[in-house]
Amino acid sequence: MPADGPLADVAAEVGVAKPDPILVVDGVERRYGGLMAVDVEHLEVPRGVITALIGPNGAGKTTFFNLLCGFDRPDAGRWTFQGQEASGVKPHVLARRGMVRTFQLTKTLGRMTVLDNMLLAGKDQAGEAFWRALVPPTWRDQEAANLERAHDLLGRFKLDHLTDEYAAGLSGGQRKLLEMARALMAEPTLVMLDEPMAGVNPALTQSLLGHVTALRDEGMSVLFVEHDMDVIMTISDWVVCMAEGRVIAEGRPADIAGNDAVIEAYLGIDHGGTVTGEIR
Amino acid sequence: MDLAALVRSPRVLLALVALTVLWPAASASAQDGGGGSGAQAEEAGCAFTKAQAVEANGGPLGSAIWGRLCQVQDGKPTFPEGVAIVVRQGGDEVGRATTGADGVFVVALPGNGTYQVVLDPDTLPKGFALTDEDRATLDAVRVNLGDQQVTFRLGEDTRGKRDFSDYATTVAKGLRLGLILAVAAVGLSLVYGVTGLTNFAHAELVTFGAIVAYAINRAGVPFWITLPLAVAAGALAGTANDRLLWRPLRRRRMALLSMMVVSIGLSTALRNIFQIVFGPDGKRYTAASGQVERSFGPVRLTPNDLAIMGICVVVLVGMTLLLRRTRLGTAIRAVADNPDLASSSGIAVDRIITVVWALCGALAALGGILYGLSLNVKFDMGFLLLLSLFAAVVLGGLGNAYGAVLGAVVIGVVQETSGLLVDTAYKFVVALLVLILVLLVRPQGILGQRERFG
Amino acid sequence: MSWLSIVALAIQTAIGFQGASYALAASGLNLQFGYTGLSNFGHVGFLLVGAYGMGISADRGWSIWAGFALGIGAAIVLGLLLGIPTLRLRGDYLAIVTIAAAEILRLVANARPSEPLTGGSRGIGGLSGRLGFFEPNFIPEGRYGLGDSLVFNSRQLWSMLWTWGLVLLVTLLIRALVRSPFGRVLRSIREDEDAAKALGKNVVVFKLQSFVLGGTIGALAGAFIALDSGAVTPSRWIAPLTFALYTVVILGGAGTVWGPVAGAVVYWFVLDAVDGVLNNLWFDVSDTTSGAVRLALMGIGLMALMVFRPQGILGNKKEMLAGAR
Repeated sequence: MPADGPLADVAAEVGVAKPDPILVVDGVERRYGGLMAVDVEHLEVPRGVITALIGPNGAGKTTFFNLLCGFDRPDAGRWTFQGQEASGVKPHVLARRGMVRTFQLTKTLGRMTVLDNMLLAGKDQAGEAFWRALVPPTWRDQEAANLERAHDLLGRFKLDHLTDEYAAGLSGGQRKLLEMARALMAEPTLVMLDEPMAGVNPALTQSLLGHVTALRDEGMSVLFVEHDMDVIMTISDWVVCMAEGRVIAEGRPADIAGNDAVIEAYLGIDHGGTVTGEIR
Repeated sequence: MDLAALVRSPRVLLALVALTVLWPAASASAQDGGGGSGAQAEEAGCAFTKAQAVEANGGPLGSAIWGRLCQVQDGKPTFPEGVAIVVRQGGDEVGRATTGADGVFVVALPGNGTYQVVLDPDTLPKGFALTDEDRATLDAVRVNLGDQQVTFRLGEDTRGKRDFSDYATTVAKGLRLGLILAVAAVGLSLVYGVTGLTNFAHAELVTFGAIVAYAINRAGVPFWITLPLAVAAGALAGTANDRLLWRPLRRRRMALLSMMVVSIGLSTALRNIFQIVFGPDGKRYTAASGQVERSFGPVRLTPNDLAIMGICVVVLVGMTLLLRRTRLGTAIRAVADNPDLASSSGIAVDRIITVVWALCGALAALGGILYGLSLNVKFDMGFLLLLSLFAAVVLGGLGNAYGAVLGAVVIGVVQETSGLLVDTAYKFVVALLVLILVLLVRPQGILGQRERFG
Repeated sequence: MSWLSIVALAIQTAIGFQGASYALAASGLNLQFGYTGLSNFGHVGFLLVGAYGMGISADRGWSIWAGFALGIGAAIVLGLLLGIPTLRLRGDYLAIVTIAAAEILRLVANARPSEPLTGGSRGIGGLSGRLGFFEPNFIPEGRYGLGDSLVFNSRQLWSMLWTWGLVLLVTLLIRALVRSPFGRVLRSIREDEDAAKALGKNVVVFKLQSFVLGGTIGALAGAFIALDSGAVTPSRWIAPLTFALYTVVILGGAGTVWGPVAGAVVYWFVLDAVDGVLNNLWFDVSDTTSGAVRLALMGIGLMALMVFRPQGILGNKKEMLAGAR
């Protein structure tokens, strides 16, 4: 990201306003029993760039992520996506509007082929309607177009030799790639990646990073959850750091690297090693 | 949430009070349902069985229509003598008898068929009268199995005139059923909690306990010694379930839906094996006979009822203490909460699961024995209870052991008391409808938490 | 009785009406369970409403078409009634609610106060005569088949013609559905509902469609069982029938197009052969016991299949192994 990008003049402050944000969050809270898992006062996710959501384990990143995608309901708060109300909206509706997510533990569809995984993601398919499904001529052309796009994407993600394999037969890294390719198949405007590099070997990490930057270069916005600092510094344009459910810092990677609150949050909690209280 | 907190929770308390108070009140306003008079007459000693008829007849009945005339007077049964009972077929008289001093009549028949049975009201002694004058003639009495009992109702119609004592007793019986269900359901809920398995074969653990107890009891061991032995056998069966079947399947990482289907197979197989081994008929424990109802305030219960409820309460309190106050209980709750996390904090998850299965087997067996004591022992008794158990567990919140207890008590009381409100044939239906309604309004159950997503 | 005639009788049951009606009922279950992953453990409830649709229509003097309409209508209502509250919840809830609902239906049909509508515990008889099911039968009277045991009479062939014909129709319908994008969404729901949601699929609607269609097919099977036997009694529609249908689906291969057909034929062949053997042992086995033995074997068979051959007869081993990971 060049220094003269749209975020060049934005101050590194929590809740700072950005030019033309794609996602705007206000007062979102989520409690589990007595525990406040997420408590975000105001956050704007910029458009057309890669935003990283970081924080130590148990910071509430994934919970926040699930709330934004409609997979969990908050106790309070609202947010908009592309200027439209997005709080209380069902996840599949958000996905159709262009907010497409992946999962921390990949959710490839095991007993479906790689190609079927891709085709499933095609947007607004006529053949998904019950009665039209019985009349193939009404959806055959669309299917052919989707097929072509799916093959293109699989080629780009170097999965084309696995087209007819069952997804469950893929390695962990291949599944991450497939999930990302599938998300692209759904023609998103905002790609939400939940720890896309988790459990992936270093060589594949490089390739995944390349794919993520390519998304931005094609004009999509990316919001991804990650806790590997190296990854974040390499590719993100903007970083949001959470701890104990709150946003404690925002800024360009360079701003975050020197932020005292972030350093304290990371050092204050045992990072790495055992799995600690990540809310699931 | 523990039981103490639960009882303090005003919403739950209010709901329970409302349920127990309003339900009988509601049914009092719609008291056309049958059963009241018959039940009272039977309690007063008017009940009559084939065994008694054979005894009165001084030998086998042969092909016959039989019965006993009985009228309750001042709470005591009285029997009219010399009443003529005539049996006709196609207008022709085929048999006739008069009642003896014991009120018994046996009319010999030419064989199976459909008959008209007539009581001659003019022969009724003074003080006796038919409840309904129009019911002196019974048309189309079918005799299929050689002999057939017929009943003529005598005395004032007491139908529908239930007093407070009847309601209180019904609620108490519902509580008894609810407590038995609770004991049997806790294991189902715990297993669901630690493994995610919806175990249809839980029903057979219930039956297993009852059958083992029956076998030991019939071998001459006193019932109250039989009970702990059979519970131990149940614990063993639970352990065997886990070690021989479920643990290997978990190791294979079988999907939960597939495991549910396996449990259906197991349930079907075991239930039918029970039928082959135990026979298709219901049987009774020695301790189940000779029980007389006694009054405790407005409530009429047998000593067995009291013993059953006492055992249930003690066991349920014991379970609560086990789960809340012991290391084992903490470990069980940790595994139920998050197995991966429990495992990484040094809990031997597989061992805990086996312990839970043993507990589940023991509690299910105890539930089965106590249910068998209150009714009878049959090869499919657990299967018939299974839906009530599921209803209890879902009502309380899947996987929440305390919820299961509360759900079971609610289901038990609703099931029994609904007999006051609707035809007894629909009793079971009401309990299941409650379940579906709860799912509509509060899918996580009474005590369950809103589902988390990770 | 010779061993040959035991085999012949078993084949007769397998390819006869028994096999056909189970194949039809299992097809509906296969759509729900095999393709969509819905744990409908009250399938017998749908069969029941289909059968009682016929019974009530006959009792009222309506036509056979009214019977079908009544049964199918009731199945759709039942599907929506059960599906809407439970399909948005975890699968366990659907399992428990469906099995409970099926039991409610049976108990209500059986209860004395329901007698004017359902005939209570005696049920409704004389259906096929009153509805004229066999009237258009053009197959001349006689015995058709091989040898002494593998024979069908004209009425049996008429029932078989209609039921197997419907099985073919339904199977082709399901084949068209599962090969379309619609079917792809169903399979994705079976694999991972959340993934389907994240890709913009309204999973509740798809599940509801699959559930209602599967239930309607079940109701058709129930209607034909009523027509063939000429009577509908409540004691027939018990939970073990649902479990038998699960065995059929898994035996044939859950989530395969022709699985229910293969499953039903093999299921009845095995079951009837076992029955034949039990009745020809050197000691007497009572009917109750042999019935229990059959069901016990079915249960053991269902378990063994799930554990050792989850892909069934027609399933793809590789696909199933993929599912296990």
